[in-house]
Amino acid sequence: MLTALLLCAAGLLAVAALAALGRGGRSRAEAATIAVYGGCLAVSTLAFVLALAALLGGASAGLTVPLGLPWLGAHFRLDALSAAFLVLVTLGAAGASLYALGYGLHAEAPLRVLPFYPLFLAGMLLVPLADDAYAFLLCWELMSLASWALVLAEHRPEENARAGFLYIVMASFGTLALLLAFGLLAGPEGRYAFAAMREAERGPLASALVLALAILGAGSKAGLVPLHAWLPLAHPAAPSHVSALMSGVMTKVAVYAFVRIVFDLLGPPAWWWSVPVLALGASSAVLGVLHALTENDLKRLLAYSTIENIGVVFLGLGLALAFRAGGQPAAAALALAAALFHAFNHTLFKSALFYGAGAVLTAARGERNIERLGGLIRRMPVSSAAVLVAAMAAAALPPLNGFASEWLAFQAILLSPDLPQWALKFLIPTVGTLLALAAALAASCFLRAYGIAWLGRPRSAAAAEAEEVDRFSRAAMTGFGALCVLFGLFPGMVLDALAPVTERLLGARMPAQLGEAWLSIVPIADSRSSYNGLLVFLFVVASAAMAAAAIHRFASRALRRAPPWDCGFPGLAPSMQYTGTSLSQPLRRVFGPVVFRAREVVEMPLPGSVAPARIVRRRQDLVWEFLYVPIGRAVGRAAELLNHLQFLTIRRYLVLVFLSLVLLLLGLGLWR
Amino acid sequence: MPKLYFDVAHTLAGSLVLLSFVMLYQRRLGALLNVLALHAAVLALSVAWQAHIQGAPHLYITAAIALAFKAIVVPMALRRMIVLLGIHREIETVTGIGLSMLAGIGLVALSMAVMLPVTAGADPVAREDIALALSVVLIGLLLMVTRRNAVSQVVGFMSLENGIVLAATGAQGMPLVVEISVAFSILIAFIVIGIFLFRIRERFDTVDVQALDRFRGERR
Repeated sequence: MLTALLLCAAGLLAVAALAALGRGGRSRAEAATIAVYGGCLAVSTLAFVLALAALLGGASAGLTVPLGLPWLGAHFRLDALSAAFLVLVTLGAAGASLYALGYGLHAEAPLRVLPFYPLFLAGMLLVPLADDAYAFLLCWELMSLASWALVLAEHRPEENARAGFLYIVMASFGTLALLLAFGLLAGPEGRYAFAAMREAERGPLASALVLALAILGAGSKAGLVPLHAWLPLAHPAAPSHVSALMSGVMTKVAVYAFVRIVFDLLGPPAWWWSVPVLALGASSAVLGVLHALTENDLKRLLAYSTIENIGVVFLGLGLALAFRAGGQPAAAALALAAALFHAFNHTLFKSALFYGAGAVLTAARGERNIERLGGLIRRMPVSSAAVLVAAMAAAALPPLNGFASEWLAFQAILLSPDLPQWALKFLIPTVGTLLALAAALAASCFLRAYGIAWLGRPRSAAAAEAEEVDRFSRAAMTGFGALCVLFGLFPGMVLDALAPVTERLLGARMPAQLGEAWLSIVPIADSRSSYNGLLVFLFVVASAAMAAAAIHRFASRALRRAPPWDCGFPGLAPSMQYTGTSLSQPLRRVFGPVVFRAREVVEMPLPGSVAPARIVRRRQDLVWEFLYVPIGRAVGRAAELLNHLQFLTIRRYLVLVFLSLVLLLLGLGLWR
Repeated sequence: MPKLYFDVAHTLAGSLVLLSFVMLYQRRLGALLNVLALHAAVLALSVAWQAHIQGAPHLYITAAIALAFKAIVVPMALRRMIVLLGIHREIETVTGIGLSMLAGIGLVALSMAVMLPVTAGADPVAREDIALALSVVLIGLLLMVTRRNAVSQVVGFMSLENGIVLAATGAQGMPLVVEISVAFSILIAFIVIGIFLFRIRERFDTVDVQALDRFRGERR
């Protein structure tokens, strides 16, 4: 199984070579596009089947490949955790490849995407399989660099170049943090294999440092606030199928890195470890969704929503840490399963949403501003329906999958009074409130996005002339939308599949779900709580059908046609509709002054001037201003100082070498 | 007998350090080259003595290389060079001889303080050799740092290399190929530096490295 998966990764590398076919004319580029994405689709589907079989069959195998460091080789291992994440990765990869079979044909410069796309997939496929720090970091860097190249696929616009720069800086920083974390885990003997790290003993200080570095390293890739700055820039810059992969899958690989290091390698946690994870998760959830709520760029809105969902996942992981340290393995298993389930759900609905955004981009000639879209549901019925389902899942509406996983997270939060630490007894309900706030704001955010961009009347010519996209794109979107419904109705399947993971990491598992009556899920016990997606679905369908029938019965017949009330202004135009900005204005007024320091200024024309009065919105990203700008300035200043070193005389260089040698020797002499 | 072995090895290595000090205060280029030749000759003797002690005949080859190249060929070539360059009568203005001597003493003390505790338990001959070799290396670097004339910087570099050879032969079991390759790389470095010296001279009418700095428009 493991060998076959590694061969799949090798197959992806081979597919990357197919991109070379595309040199030459337009038709050859199209042939190469189909060959590369078709190859990726075939290989990732195969890998998905293998990973699913490994997860359900409980296969575990190790393998040492004579690659990498000459006398050590690269270790790979397939266990429950990596199998679970591989299912997620390969499913996302297969979906994106299917989508790109249609979408990729519209690429302006396909050769800037094709070679890196399979490499990116291979990197993400290999990271969960790595069983030593060296192989892990190598695959991690492959993933980072390939995705960086993909972000820069359309490198002409100024903001894309900026996004690429910020991304590579943050990615390097994250890898550095992971490198240091693995260095601490390996200890002075440099035992870099994961098996050796698990057995090593380390003090509380070293463990705390590893935790901090893991948060920094995995968090900067996943997009935890305040390490999220690159994500809303880089995700929209990439082509949409790559955005879907980066948002839906790559952030999950970062979650995997965190889980692997903190839950598996680092050993039993101290209770306070959960505090930073919970705090960062909750703040990411709320800040991410608040940003998304006030954003008008469709893809950037989705990227901010990714930050929110990553926050929810980390919140679940923090809960699992707290329960594990508090000696409640069953509750910890519930929290971890909720986090992993939510990660999986996010992959499903965020991929579908990015596919939808890409479809809008194709159909509306590159228009990403929701203020200039509208009425797409009539022009693109199939993809709009798929996006609607995904948006409802992202808004955590029952009976969809997003609701199931967030409900599980709340069930874990409700268990917090049993924890021994008073700090956690107070913190976790607070965090739960923030999670509830984030869920409500997410609903409002997606209501706004869908209502403005897909409903109403078209606000621009491009939106009015939009056409339904090709069948591959439609298949990918509807497929993922259907999966959102399926796992919302039957969450028990996923929870049972995740049981080996929690068993392996925490030594406990949730009760088996598939045996429950009526396909309910019961997180702890029947007496506490249970949820039945199917029942909710039937209720929603029945009540909606009854309401529709009643309206039809009593109102349709009484239909009268009359001119609508136009407030005294004849000739209603599309620009008179609600706009995205006006829809989010109340929430912006409530949260804006605190979170963004948002202000609305009315600029009145001078007396006598015929210019219109304008209302100007200003907002600031406080994290950017108080964290990134000062750091950037400090680095710039240090570089300026060090720049003088480039222009010294030969003798000064000799003096520098000499003095540093003497200083090191002195240090050595005094140290001993 | 081992007592004698140790004493002679120690004396030879010590005199290398002593000759390094002589170089440190020698202002005239001609005399400096004489000291360099003597330095290399003592090194050759020391290596030959190591070969005798360790019963390692290949070290005799190293000694012969040191004697032939470092004690004869290189100083003669340098002498010819300075005659050609017309600087063989020049007296270098070295600032603070007393200070650089004091610094040299400090460096010897430092290398003793660092090396002796580190190598505790090693063979005493090798131990002393390595400590003294480190002093020779450091004083060679000091020489390069304090001199302005490019030829004396080359001399500093050569004496530094002598220190490295001393350390290498002091440790038992250093393969011959390493020593020979080190010797050849030094020779090539020497050739390259020689060519550069003439080019510099051609261009600036001097081999004072300050001229280079002035040319680059740097303030010193």
